[in-house]
Amino acid sequence: MSEAAKNPSAGEPIIRIENVSKIFGGTVKAVDNVNLEVARGEFFALLGPSGCGKTTLLRMLAGFEVPTHGRVIIDGQDMSKVAPNKRPINMVFQSYAVFPHMSVEQNVAYGLKMDRRPAKEIRERVAEALDLVKLGSLGKRMPDEMSGGQRQRVALARALVKRPSVLLLDEPLSALDAKLREAMQLELVRLQKTVGITFVIVTHDQSEALSMANRIAVMNAGTVQQVAPPATLYEAPANRFVADFIGKINMIEGDAVAAGEGEVKVTAPAIGEVTLAGNATGKVALAVRPEKIFVDEKEPTDPKLIKVKGKVGEVAYFGSYSNVFFDIGTGAPLQADISNVSSDIEEFTFKAGEEYWVYWRKADTLVLGD
Amino acid sequence: MSLFKRNPDPMGPLDYSRRLSLRITVAVTLFFLYAPIIGLIAFSFNDSRRNVVWRGFTTDYYVKLFNNDALMLAFANSLTIAVFTTIFSTVLGALTAYVLWRYRFPGKAIYEGGMALPIVIPEICMGVAMMVFFARIGWPSGMMWPFNLSAITIAHIAFSFPFAAIVIRARLESFNPELAECARDLGASEFQVFRDVVVPHMKPGLIAGALLAFTLSLDDFVITFFTSGPDTVTFPVKIYSMVRFSVTPEVNAASTVLILLTLVVTAFALRMQNRNNMLGSAAH
Repeated sequence: MSEAAKNPSAGEPIIRIENVSKIFGGTVKAVDNVNLEVARGEFFALLGPSGCGKTTLLRMLAGFEVPTHGRVIIDGQDMSKVAPNKRPINMVFQSYAVFPHMSVEQNVAYGLKMDRRPAKEIRERVAEALDLVKLGSLGKRMPDEMSGGQRQRVALARALVKRPSVLLLDEPLSALDAKLREAMQLELVRLQKTVGITFVIVTHDQSEALSMANRIAVMNAGTVQQVAPPATLYEAPANRFVADFIGKINMIEGDAVAAGEGEVKVTAPAIGEVTLAGNATGKVALAVRPEKIFVDEKEPTDPKLIKVKGKVGEVAYFGSYSNVFFDIGTGAPLQADISNVSSDIEEFTFKAGEEYWVYWRKADTLVLGD
Repeated sequence: MSLFKRNPDPMGPLDYSRRLSLRITVAVTLFFLYAPIIGLIAFSFNDSRRNVVWRGFTTDYYVKLFNNDALMLAFANSLTIAVFTTIFSTVLGALTAYVLWRYRFPGKAIYEGGMALPIVIPEICMGVAMMVFFARIGWPSGMMWPFNLSAITIAHIAFSFPFAAIVIRARLESFNPELAECARDLGASEFQVFRDVVVPHMKPGLIAGALLAFTLSLDDFVITFFTSGPDTVTFPVKIYSMVRFSVTPEVNAASTVLILLTLVVTAFALRMQNRNNMLGSAAH
């Protein structure tokens, strides 16, 4: 409350994207009527396959593209047509774009010099920013003497030193090797908590988005499919695209008709008729995550379960679990992630052709429309 | 026991330097490339007027050379023209390259082709064209030095700047556009982006382009011949007129000086480029 009292606009979202479209060359709709709000201090992710428009959206926030329609409002001001150098936003580029002819310090100081800050202030803020990204002792180094991870830290310090209201990150981890990427994910979250600046990250890597962001917008073909916290995206995807894009999922095609308040009756091959919570009617997919599926030799009796008979097909062993494909006679195999909870190898070895009862809870079943 | 004796160190498929045919090719190439130049330099010290047989070592012809006022003036003319040509060609070339690289505009292909035309047009045609052009528009002649060199300098700039533009353009191709966007994002104006990010990247291209323009201008004969008057003789043109009388070691000495000058300028440019790189890595 006191925070809001000090800053009357604190309740306002820091970024508001209103009906924004971007059409390239008169025909190519890269971004199609997008509405989004990003709250102050949020770690927000734009997630989607390549070509879904997420980078174009980011570039419109930075000012490198002007929206064809709609408005981009940053910190209460319409910034749709404001040049990139006049926006309270800074960006970490995919290639890091560290100036190769400048030392680390000069790189970090560049933005402050453009703002004509006094030399003393620049020195202090550069040192502070370098400490923040743990490069305090490397200020005199040239970029070509640094590793990819260190160069990325330079890019981060260079953007953060300007104290922007929003920091944009364009696929920041894609150029790093797997181990460094994991470390950097934690580092970015730590950094965001320390500086309290709103982060907007663009990524095609769902694990990156899920592990770092407070909220994620999933995009496809220029439109926003769903905006939700990571767990909601995973457990309650809004449609087939989101369900399929985030994690692994089984989909059984069926037909649904409304059956009372918030319930639908679904008819699907191999399963028969089942009443589930949901709203979608017509052609739907019954979707269930592989780790929510159980396997037994005996037929389960609990009425809260959906059960089918399945024949073991492909088996992929991953150590802590096995990814087993069951043929349930629908054409599309049903995959289940079975945890290897016992060290008895025999007990968790699935052989092709064996028959099992495959079942899952009705509550874990999603009814997804298009 | 093998029937065939094995070579203890057989030639590998990529051991080109051990093939006789290649060794001969390299030797012949080097011979025809450098023997005339070395001969030229050696005979500039020949103590003979006829310059056919070696008569003994002397530096007399260098003394004579430096006392030859007409030749010295020609030398000064050449250097002046070359310096101005270098400056203007590099700036023009850089701007042309930047425009072609950065912007898309109608008629860009035509502009690009038109710009490169002086490279492919035979020099003789260009020389004649320049001569006719300057006569037709009545370009003033007989001005005081160095303004009397303006016609030659303009002609030199016209044919050297496309070379500079091409070299600089090639360098720009390796520029990461995100660098420019990043500078913009950090608050730089379009001009500041050009000055702080694009020009530093262009630097090796600028040096190479300048060097190219300098050497092109310094040793150009054909176009200069058509645009020079009696009082605006350049070094190559002067040497040509000297050769018409007789090939004395003085001509050799003059050529040697020209070679030396080119080498010094090239070495200087390379050094500058290296020092830039070294400054970069020695900063910590």
